[in-house]
Amino acid sequence: MRRTPDVSIAIVGSGGAGALTAGNFLLEAACAAGWHGLLTRSVGPQIRGGEAAALVRLAQDPVECAPDHFDLLIAIDWLNASRFEAEIPLGPQSLVVGDPEGGAVPPGIAAAGARLVEIPMKALAKALPEGRANMIALGIAGKLLGLGEDALLGVMGKRLAEKGPGAVAASRAGVEAGWGAAAGLELAARPASARPSAAKRWLVSGNEAAGFGAIRGGIRFAAAYPITPATEILEWLAPNLAKVGGVLVQAEDELASINMIIGGSYGGTPSLTATSGPGLSLMMEALGLATASEIPIVVIDVMRGGPSTGIPTKSEQADLNLAVYGLHGDAPHLVLAPQSVADCLFTTQWAVFLAEALQSPAIVLSDQFMGQSRAAIERPADVAFIGQRLRATNINGSYCRYALGDSGVSAMAVPGTPGGQYTADGLTHTERGIPTSSATEHRAQLDKRRDKLENFSYGDHWAKIEGDGDLAVITWGSLTGAVREALSHARADGIAARLVAPRLLAPVQPEAFSRALDGARRVLVVEQSHGAQFHRYLRAHYDLPGEIRVFHRSGPLPIRAAEIHQEIRNWRG
Amino acid sequence: MSAAEMRACRPADYRSDVKPVWCPGCGDHHILLSFTRAFAELGEPPENIAVISGIGCSSRIPAYTNCYGFHGVHGRSLALAAGLKVTRPDLTVVVASGDGDGYSIGGNHFLHACRRNLDMTYVVMDNRVYGMTKGQPSPTTEPDFDTALSPGGTGLSPFHPLVIALASGANFVARAFSGEHKETTSILVSAIRHPGFSFVEILSPCVTFRPDEREWKTQVRPAPVAATDDPGRAARRLMTDDGFNIGVLYRGTRKPYRPQIGRAAADLAELEKEFEL
Repeated sequence: MRRTPDVSIAIVGSGGAGALTAGNFLLEAACAAGWHGLLTRSVGPQIRGGEAAALVRLAQDPVECAPDHFDLLIAIDWLNASRFEAEIPLGPQSLVVGDPEGGAVPPGIAAAGARLVEIPMKALAKALPEGRANMIALGIAGKLLGLGEDALLGVMGKRLAEKGPGAVAASRAGVEAGWGAAAGLELAARPASARPSAAKRWLVSGNEAAGFGAIRGGIRFAAAYPITPATEILEWLAPNLAKVGGVLVQAEDELASINMIIGGSYGGTPSLTATSGPGLSLMMEALGLATASEIPIVVIDVMRGGPSTGIPTKSEQADLNLAVYGLHGDAPHLVLAPQSVADCLFTTQWAVFLAEALQSPAIVLSDQFMGQSRAAIERPADVAFIGQRLRATNINGSYCRYALGDSGVSAMAVPGTPGGQYTADGLTHTERGIPTSSATEHRAQLDKRRDKLENFSYGDHWAKIEGDGDLAVITWGSLTGAVREALSHARADGIAARLVAPRLLAPVQPEAFSRALDGARRVLVVEQSHGAQFHRYLRAHYDLPGEIRVFHRSGPLPIRAAEIHQEIRNWRG
Repeated sequence: MSAAEMRACRPADYRSDVKPVWCPGCGDHHILLSFTRAFAELGEPPENIAVISGIGCSSRIPAYTNCYGFHGVHGRSLALAAGLKVTRPDLTVVVASGDGDGYSIGGNHFLHACRRNLDMTYVVMDNRVYGMTKGQPSPTTEPDFDTALSPGGTGLSPFHPLVIALASGANFVARAFSGEHKETTSILVSAIRHPGFSFVEILSPCVTFRPDEREWKTQVRPAPVAATDDPGRAARRLMTDDGFNIGVLYRGTRKPYRPQIGRAAADLAELEKEFEL
């Protein structure tokens, strides 16, 4: 089914101009009125005074990826706008609203051939007490989208209530002035109207959804070291863990945060941390410790551009190698990847469940695009994945913490349990946990840790598989939404294709993967990494049938559905 | 049998059957004995004690006790122990480390563990050398200690852990000598009982790579003055002594950090209200 038409709006300005605030209000007002929507932030590394863009896409159907082009760009000013002009594709059908006081239109934007209109947002704001140009921009956007003035004012009343009636009144006056200034203007294509749903929807970011998924799965302890773009998970968890009887502790570095959660989990409390690439690199040694000592933990990596410090505020899918292969020794562990803002909740919750069930570390690979985007989603269903660990409780006689058995999962005694005393160890150990360098014991425990992951039945959640046809498009993570959208366009062209997006990246699932590709004769791999890490991973672990093509590119520019669609069309020749 | 009678109270009850890897004559054997004596004196059942360590000779100690133990990665024992203590305030948590593990690779965690002031005890078995890797200089080694890795010595001044601990906010600071079992046991008991972060440096001779340290037994002496509750005074004493005064040197009154856990459990439905449109 082809998607219904949608509308996309970019509000840009220098850092501190309030573009993100205006974008968030716009998104919330539109979603309250029944639209589905997604707001992606594009910001520079500067704390203040850099550039900021709120990229809002609204549609009747759920929105899971960046739009192919923007219908409307409102520039509160053009300061530094050239830094992200490549992220805001415009065409002759687009409308660009600038401020005569805001500086010259950057050449890249002027070259798009869009219709340019000037509205003196700054001057209009100055004429109002406490007036701010971002609220004028919000009024203009609301008017052009056909959003009722009440919808915008309702959101402002809600969001600005704590700033007092003065702030609400000032913003209200700004929105009304923007509304008036946009009179007579229209978008080239009139957006379809909203399609409200009777069911209660959520407006949530991927990072918040991941935090809530963690709590739903049973996490009650988190250790935190701030890092862009993962900090919001930790900041959401701090007050919310406290509400459910848990706690978050700020650590001195990522080495401490990962070791703290190993300590918390060793004591019996399901534990988690969240970080990004640089932090995950620091955590590798301790992840190996959790593997060897069989301590369940969950680490969310909200990926950003790398290597090294890279591009902290922008998305990339380039930590796959690190997450899958980064541990020294043979160290099987779980790696999972959510596929959308909404799926950040499910996948994190499932990761907690799997980590606890398998007494293994689990890495959840989210990314900046999902993590920091805010979307309207249908309320995620309650699922029964609550972390439950096999505990040793009534211990009589000799206790073997690492006893070999069919499942590979052995009962874990937590401190305080009489008779269960053992030393958890990163050294190769016997079934009792005693250090050893025996070849037999080493092999036996390596087998145990491999088997418990490989023999577990992960069910249908291991991947999202949709459609059929001899073309299989294989992708992962936040690109799943863009591929899904591209395939809906391809189907409208008469091209039958299937989507295969693994959610479980480790351990690999060769049998299920073969079934998913049964009958496929061509494979297109789509990923956001310069080195085509996902393609190499697939090649290493799976048999890919027929002819294979790879569409990959580094961040930070999102891979858009139209590009994937074009790739598919080109292949048909 | 009453609960009190069921409590283990002999040092042997706190000792496992695992044979230590330490060299004959190593001070760490004596410290293990003092650990088990201190635990017996405290009367805490072994299952309620967790001994957490990193990597190095000293860090092998958890498996030699009959307590719960964690032999983790190099330098991170304090962080691991912090996660355990925060979530399980009911446990007695003792962290064992050495001068390489605790002061070099784990130096940053030492500062922040003192600041955090969780109710736990940190024991550093200091032999002023890396023993497990065969004789390299540690942060407490003298600058002219000649080794294959640093020919002619490092030329670096030794680190002053007790003063650093005071400056960083530790709530109890003591120095012990492995050979003095009675005094070491008594210091460990006081350290574990004292609220907040207790730091005990135990001089523990490495007879293999530092045979000169055999002389320590003739150099140590009881500290000539009683413990103070003034960190400034304690620091001045420590900066001017020769490093061989044994005893409790500082008892602070800072309130331990004890985050609330296991309290009010809101319905998860409450949490999701903030997401509703």
